[in-house]
Amino acid sequence: MNEGPWIHRISRRQWWFGASRYRRYMMRELTSLFLGTYAITLLVGLWRLSQGAEAFNAWLAAMHSPPGVVFSVLMLMAALYHSTTWFNVTPKAMALRFGAYKLPDAIIIGAHYGAWLLVSVGVYLFFRS
Amino acid sequence: MSRQTVELEIFRYNPETDSEPGLQHYRVPYHKDWLVLDAINYVKDHLDRTLSYRWSCHMAVCGSCGMMINGEPTLSCKAFVRDYPEVIRIEPLANFPVQRDLMVDQDDFLAKLESIKPYIIDVDEHPLSEGEKSQTPAQLAAFKQYTGCINCLLCYAACPQYSLAAGFIGPAALTLAYRYNQDSRDHGFAERESVVGSNDGVWQCSFVGACSEVCPKGVDPAAAIQQGKIASAAHYFKQHLMPWSKS
Repeated sequence: MNEGPWIHRISRRQWWFGASRYRRYMMRELTSLFLGTYAITLLVGLWRLSQGAEAFNAWLAAMHSPPGVVFSVLMLMAALYHSTTWFNVTPKAMALRFGAYKLPDAIIIGAHYGAWLLVSVGVYLFFRS
Repeated sequence: MSRQTVELEIFRYNPETDSEPGLQHYRVPYHKDWLVLDAINYVKDHLDRTLSYRWSCHMAVCGSCGMMINGEPTLSCKAFVRDYPEVIRIEPLANFPVQRDLMVDQDDFLAKLESIKPYIIDVDEHPLSEGEKSQTPAQLAAFKQYTGCINCLLCYAACPQYSLAAGFIGPAALTLAYRYNQDSRDHGFAERESVVGSNDGVWQCSFVGACSEVCPKGVDPAAAIQQGKIASAAHYFKQHLMPWSKS
């Protein structure tokens, strides 16, 4: 960019605290860290399982303790925010055209929620014991 | 609640005489059907002839009167005074050097616009005698939405990425690149790709989506850029996996 006498730029360090649309964007991106943290937690569970029943039961007990439940609820909320905000912008990247007809955004978004529901029900049925 | 007047806080800066910018306050009459542009014109006509700003059509077609109104990139001809609080702050578009008062230097944008070759690139010349090149409704629909851009630069003022990464080609220019790439008469994809597919092109976009929120013409630059990323990635893989194919 040309160096002019005066330019109003956003702050390199604090811009995401500014406009609400920047905060929403940062929330969408930051919540991915929560998803990553939860994935690591599940991997730790697998690792504990490989160490035997006692180790795995200790991990399960930790997950069922009050702090463990609070942690899971927080992670779930972050995952919901992350997933819904991404689903809602999918039509921007997916422009499905059939000739001159463009599939309405609501159908593309709805299909994502539908697939999510199907997978969730599938996972629930598979692990129900 | 009949308002008689409204207060404008207008950014003033003359680089030739002022060491730094400041805000000047003007009180103008309130009219229910006045646009912010009408209020600024009142200042220019009746209160202060030294105020500098750009405008032309007064109907959201020319794209000249973009400014920050209460911090939001807005066409002042598409913003009613009645929709704002008692005090309206008016500043030049963010992310561009201020030439004077509300006027910004557009050179950076214009150079970037030129770099993506915003015109139909054909493989060979067609004499006029061949007649017009017709398109089907489907071929037109593939790019029509993106022809609505009026180069008003609101998307650049809203884009945090353009503010932080000086080289970023930016929303409007990338949208126009996509518009021509999508045109069935155009064969310039490979020529544009060196700019569009570069680090300063579509890949610099982090999909904040602010451009589409402020666009006064519903062009949706964020959509054009995300679809441009898909086209750019497809081109890359095609080149590397099928080097014999030409595109």
